[in-house]
Amino acid sequence: MTSHPQWESRRASAARPPRTYRRWLGAVAGLTLIAVTAACSSTGGRPEATGGGIGAGQADTDPITIAMITHAPPGDTFWDMIRAGAETAAAKNNATLRYSSDPQAPNQANFVQGALDAGVDGIALTLAFPDALSGAVQQAANAGVPVVAFNAGLDDWERLGVEQYFGQDENVAGAAVGERLNEEGSQNAICVIQEQGNVALESRCAGVASTFNGNSEVLNVEGRNMPGVRAAIDAKLRQDPNIDTVITLGAPFALTAVDAITDSNSEARVVTFDTNAALMDAIEAGDVEWAIDQQPFLQGYLAVDSLWLNIYNDTVIGGGQSVLTGPTFIDESNIESIADLARSGLR
Amino acid sequence: MSVQTPAAAPPQRPQDERVAKRKLLHTVILRPELGSVLGAILIFGFFVAMAPPFRNVDSFATVLYASSTIGIMAIAVALLMIGGEFDLSAGVNVTAGALAASMIAYNLHLNLWLGAFLALFVCLAIGFINGWLVTKTKIHSFLITLGMFLMLQGANIAVTKFVTNSVSTPRVSDMEGWASARAVFASSINVGGVSIRITVLWWLVFAAVASFVLFKTKFGNWIFAVGGNAESARAVGVPVNRVKIILFMTVGFAAWFSGMHILFAFDTVQSGQGVTNELIYIAAAVIGGCLLTGGYGTAIGACIGAFIFGMTNQGIVLAGWEPDWFKFFLGAMLLLAVIGNNAIRKYAASK
Repeated sequence: MTSHPQWESRRASAARPPRTYRRWLGAVAGLTLIAVTAACSSTGGRPEATGGGIGAGQADTDPITIAMITHAPPGDTFWDMIRAGAETAAAKNNATLRYSSDPQAPNQANFVQGALDAGVDGIALTLAFPDALSGAVQQAANAGVPVVAFNAGLDDWERLGVEQYFGQDENVAGAAVGERLNEEGSQNAICVIQEQGNVALESRCAGVASTFNGNSEVLNVEGRNMPGVRAAIDAKLRQDPNIDTVITLGAPFALTAVDAITDSNSEARVVTFDTNAALMDAIEAGDVEWAIDQQPFLQGYLAVDSLWLNIYNDTVIGGGQSVLTGPTFIDESNIESIADLARSGLR
Repeated sequence: MSVQTPAAAPPQRPQDERVAKRKLLHTVILRPELGSVLGAILIFGFFVAMAPPFRNVDSFATVLYASSTIGIMAIAVALLMIGGEFDLSAGVNVTAGALAASMIAYNLHLNLWLGAFLALFVCLAIGFINGWLVTKTKIHSFLITLGMFLMLQGANIAVTKFVTNSVSTPRVSDMEGWASARAVFASSINVGGVSIRITVLWWLVFAAVASFVLFKTKFGNWIFAVGGNAESARAVGVPVNRVKIILFMTVGFAAWFSGMHILFAFDTVQSGQGVTNELIYIAAAVIGGCLLTGGYGTAIGACIGAFIFGMTNQGIVLAGWEPDWFKFFLGAMLLLAVIGNNAIRKYAASK
């Protein structure tokens, strides 16, 4: 049986559209055909069903609104995990989360003011620019709105009259990296800063230098131009062939450093601060040896959860001390348990 | 100046007119890229002297790579600037293309080539909208594309977050089409023992095509005419609006190509990438002799501008200088290049 008669009869039975219209139909049909047959990928792609998430139920306390204000640059995977933690805690606590972020200090202060004007029940903020935000924090205290600080401001939160702090001491984390590098026998390291002048990033590298017995050097790169990052690390490895360790301060840059090492035929190994889903594969494959994790999901979660506890139970976590969420290490010894959580955005 | 409007040239044979009027020496000294060539030679000599690893051939291949990723965009941006317009959305359009290709292919389980093909429409559409709005509203392209820049910056992050539930795209290296697309957009080629990145070759190809179009075709003449004086160009029958829209779409095409390089070189794409790169493309075009006012410049000049930028960028690292001064050095180099370029142009004009 050939398809020819069938085709003829179909054509005859249908009312004929105008010629150009038919051409378009043909083109669309052709493209669709290409799409469903030749151009489908049988490997990879979005998983059919996604599990994950922490199903912790929901509190029956009265609904509250919590504002979270950070200094995050837009589109950063690390901050996305902080927000995911905050959203999870908010959902559990019958709270609405109002998230806003801006790398400029004056804009953060305005966000705090705006949150107070909107009558929120609690504020969680980062104190990357403590002095610029001290006035806004004072305003919140005057209005009787509880404030917690997280992620940035370890040295300043008490001074500003904030009661609770959740985060990592960047210096302590850097020091931990330096000590581990000593154990593993590194001699020459570069610490790649993707945002020149960022206080937290500078203190990570300073922390590394404080304990590292070998020689460590800072390399500034333009974080928003990935080919530039790759070329800069490549160039540095060529300039100094003695470099045996590349320390990056964010997961995406660790993955780029792996490429740069290949480009420059260097023998250096890569270790990094912070994680994301793609990094899990790299640690599993051994391309990146380990990541130091400050548990951003936990920071966001604790900030919101502590506000809920404070509002309904008048409790304070930490007893006037900062609550450290890191550093912990993710390496081949524990990657298996963490990788799936990281892929679903929980670690 | 060096380029005549077609008002003075019969539209049928514009090239003969231009070539015939100039003597050789005069032509050389009036080349828009002359200043940048001298600047490039100076900076090259400087780093060869200051940074021993800069003399290494492999290091130079890396310099070329860094230059090519800027240069591919700078060529298209230069054409647009010669046509008298500006595109501030060029940097984030690169990211938009990479994000679109990755997410479309990933979520619909498509071959990556089809994802790339569909992303091409996204990038061209962004260019078309820029051009269409500029020609329809007569509002300066600085404002139109600034609006597009902000919108895309937001959309890149918001759409990525909406689709992938994260601000970066998932890995696609296990999908069909990866190997062949990577070979085209992000592989390396061994040339005489030196590993050259394929973007360098594409950069040269695009530079050749752009130069050919600019100086050997009617359309090239139209670009100069539109940028020099749009009204008189219109008066002699140049389709001004169409030329401008095509130029914006050319930037869209280059953005798509650069986006594909980023996707296939880095596998996952960060949605916040690309911001501030638009200024570097424009800087490269200006260093290479393009005027901010339009009607003047070359594609080769833009390439040399990108090369100067790549050399400076890598040279500072290769020289092992104090990293805190990194951006300062970069800015000072660029400033010197532009001022030197300007001085030569003035000297040439006074002759």
